[in-house]
Order: sequence, then structure tokens, then C-alpha cells
Amino acid sequence: MSLLILKIYMQKYSAFNLIKNALTGHKDWEVAWKNPTPKTEYDVIIIGGGGHGLATAYYLAKEHNITNVAIIEKGWIGGGNVGRNTTIVRSNYMHDENGLFSEFGMDLWRSMSQELNFNVMFSPRGIINLAHSDAQMNAFSRRGNSMKLNGIDAVLLNREEVKKLIPMADFSENVRFPIFGGLMQPSAGTARHDGVAWGYARQADSMGVDIIQHCEVTGFDVDNGKIKGIQTSKGNIKAKKIGLCVAGSTNILAEMLNMRIPIETHLLQACVSEPIKPILDHVVTFGAGHFYVSQSDKGEMVMGGDLDGYNSYAQRGNLPTLQHVLTEGIAMLPFLSKLKMLRTWGGIMDMSMDGSPIIDKTHIEGLYLNCGWCYGGFKATPASGWTFAHTIAQDRPHKLNAGYSLNRFSTGHLLDEKGLGTKTWIS
Amino acid sequence: MLHIKCPHCGLRSQNEFSYGGDATVKRPELNKEVSDQDWDNFVYLRKSPRGKHLELWQHISGCRQWFKVERDTLTHEIFRTLKANEEI
Repeated sequence: MSLLILKIYMQKYSAFNLIKNALTGHKDWEVAWKNPTPKTEYDVIIIGGGGHGLATAYYLAKEHNITNVAIIEKGWIGGGNVGRNTTIVRSNYMHDENGLFSEFGMDLWRSMSQELNFNVMFSPRGIINLAHSDAQMNAFSRRGNSMKLNGIDAVLLNREEVKKLIPMADFSENVRFPIFGGLMQPSAGTARHDGVAWGYARQADSMGVDIIQHCEVTGFDVDNGKIKGIQTSKGNIKAKKIGLCVAGSTNILAEMLNMRIPIETHLLQACVSEPIKPILDHVVTFGAGHFYVSQSDKGEMVMGGDLDGYNSYAQRGNLPTLQHVLTEGIAMLPFLSKLKMLRTWGGIMDMSMDGSPIIDKTHIEGLYLNCGWCYGGFKATPASGWTFAHTIAQDRPHKLNAGYSLNRFSTGHLLDEKGLGTKTWIS
Repeated sequence: MLHIKCPHCGLRSQNEFSYGGDATVKRPELNKEVSDQDWDNFVYLRKSPRGKHLELWQHISGCRQWFKVERDTLTHEIFRTLKANEEI
């Protein structure tokens, strides 16, 4: 017992341990997570070592005491969308299902660094959605009021108030999309995306979860409507419960299971500029198109916007879309045109047909599905992991993810937050 | 930048086109009983394959015709284009 306490104590990241290890040249730090060979059987297998998969394994161990768990990752953990997003964390949704789910997640974000003993650099700097017409101000007023009813902070800003917060935006009179005002969620912000993956991985590993990287799933063993295990590039592994957390690769696994899922895989790009001195204190989104921007701690302007617009598994983008997105950015913040681009990259999104995610059981007993995150997977990481762990452990959805059912498309209970209709990739 | 050969106008840049999704989806026939499952398949369910994908595009800044493109969703290679009423 004393040995165990010592071990946990030794692993903790703290000022004391930093000094102690500095004295020995930082040669004695333990690995953050191990590199195990897969066992022949687990209680639960999570396919996908991204943010959601790692969080799911962590909450399975922490909240449900299920520690005989494997995460199977084809590449390396954190190499997919959790390492490719624009790091925005928010809960500014109108519908109850989305708002309550995301606000539950905000509470998890606020305590994450302490809980994971890993600095995820959560920075609640506020998000401002700009409005460019009276109609849009009315819509934002409605959304803000809906948010407040669900206990989420929302502030409707007029033009002058926006101007005080982001004076560098284009407030001239003769622009095509003048700024009328905006809706702000002051408690929203950003977090260090890689840190989130690493923090969950390290804690899950310390509780006994096997993180198995460079292991590709090649098939499923299903018998009589029940899941029995998976076939992988490192051999067959048995489990009575398996959760899919593979975002843009969901359809590839679904095909192995003869399932059709209401999502399409599309490419979304992001980019960062060269670093500059602090200028933008908030996350800001353009309301007459699809463009969002924040400034990283390193000073880079982090930007993103529309999908490339056609089905893609490429994980790298195409210039016409980037040009289109940055045109919107320059319309909003003209100084961006002076900056050099440092990096651009792309990730593949699981675009659901109503723009909302799916966290549910499937028609195969013991097989659980977590997908359809569209543009908003990163901010959902803790709430998604928490509710998916609950769904797997209890074999039923939690009330927070009951609205994210797989059959809502056929029953007509869509969660169409943006009022886009089906096929969210058309936007 | 994709270069797409419109079956009517020839090779043009991606900027002239807009995308219309999976071309293999068939609307249930009119004036016939449609099951919920068939309607579900038509409206919401897609294969979204990694690899060859037959899809609809519209030459929106050109002849404005809809047509089909066979394209690889991983490499973005375009194998061929067909008029809307042509089958592979």
C-alpha cells in the first residue's frame, strides 16, 4: 500500500517534482503512458485514441471503476482531429440538448487541469459571434435568451460594445457586411488541444487502461447480434463491449459492420499566421459566412472556416477553400491581410445529417457509437467522454446524451441547431 | 485545386463548380408506397466510402448543367465524368 502511494506521489506533476528532477538532470521522469502489447481480452475496447476515446477510457475507469480497458489507435494518440482543431471551447447553443450537454462539459473544462494534473491551458477569454443585420441581432437575442434559460452565460452586444472589445475589426460605414453587434459567451474560450489528449491518456494509463497505438482494426467478430471482439493488425482481441470513437473514419468501420450511418466524411482546414504581439483577446466569428479566429499564446492568429465541400478522407486541404475563408477573415479583420501564413492543415470531419452528434447504442448488442461531431468535436471532448463512458458502462444513454440518438433521423427528432436542414456539408 | 472535365464544356478549375453529393442515391418512386426505411436511406444514410465515389457536381459558373464525377475521396484523383443521364 505504501508503495502504491509512493508511486502515485512520484508520478504527480508538481513544483516539488520539477525541482527534484531538475537536480537529477530530468533523467528520472516516468513515461506519461506505457506501450503495452494487447491482451487477448478486455472488458471494454475503445476504438480511436483521439480526445473522445481517451476521455471515454478515463471516465470508464474513474466514474465506473472499469479499468480492464484498451484503446486501439491506428496511428498515434492525438494525431487526428484532437491535434488539428482550432482549440475553441464553448457552449453557446440554443437547443436544450446541445446547451445542457455542452454546459455540463464547460464545468469539466474548468476543473480539467486540476483533475488531470496536467496543464491544459484552459483560457476562458470569451467568444463573440458577430451579427451583420437586424434579423441576425434578433436571432442572436433569441439564442442568448435560450442559453440563459439553460444556465449558460450570454451577453448581447451592440455595435459600440463590440467596438470596445475588438477595435481592430472593420467598423467603417461602407462595408458589405457592417457589424451591427454580437452575441458573447464570456465563459467560453480556448484550451491546449494536445494537452487535453495527453492529460487524459496519462491518467487513463495510470488507472490501468492499455493504450495500444499503431494498431489498425481490420474487422469485427459479431455472433448472433452480439459483439464478441475485433480483428486487428496486432491480432484478435475479445471484448463484450466495444465503443467506436473514430470521427471521420466512422463509415470505414461501419462498412465492416454492414451498418449505414447518417454521416458523411468531409475535409475541414485550419491555419495559423506568423506570431504577432497580443492584439485579439477573444475568440471571434464572422456572422456573414464561416470564419473564426483567436490568438494563440504564442501569438499566432488561429483561423478556420468552411469545409472543402466534397467528400474527402485526404486530411489535407485545397487552396480555393482557404482563399474563400481568409477573404471572409480579411473582411472582418483587415489587418490579417498583412500577415504571412505559417501553417495550414486539414482534418476529416464526421458530418452528421442534422449537424449534431450521435452517442448511442447500436442494433448490435455491446457495440456503442460516438460520432457526428461536425465542426464541434474538440469542445465536446470531456462531456462526450463522460456520457459515452456512462452509455457503455450502464448500457443505456445518460439523460445528457439521450437526444443524441442514432434513430432520431428516422423518428424525426432532429437536432438542427443552425436550421440548415439535412446535409450539413452543404452550408 | 481540382480540375474537373465538364462533359459539356471541357476541363475547368474547381472554382466554377459546386458539389451535389453522392450520385448513387435514388429517390423512392413517386406515387408508390414508401417505407420509413426507404425514405431514411434516401434522405439521411450515405456510404461515404474512402476510395472511388460517384458524385454529382454542377457547372454553376459555366453551362449550369448537373453531371456525374467518379473521384477518389482519398487521393482526389478524378477517373471520369459523365452526363447526368449516363450510367457507368
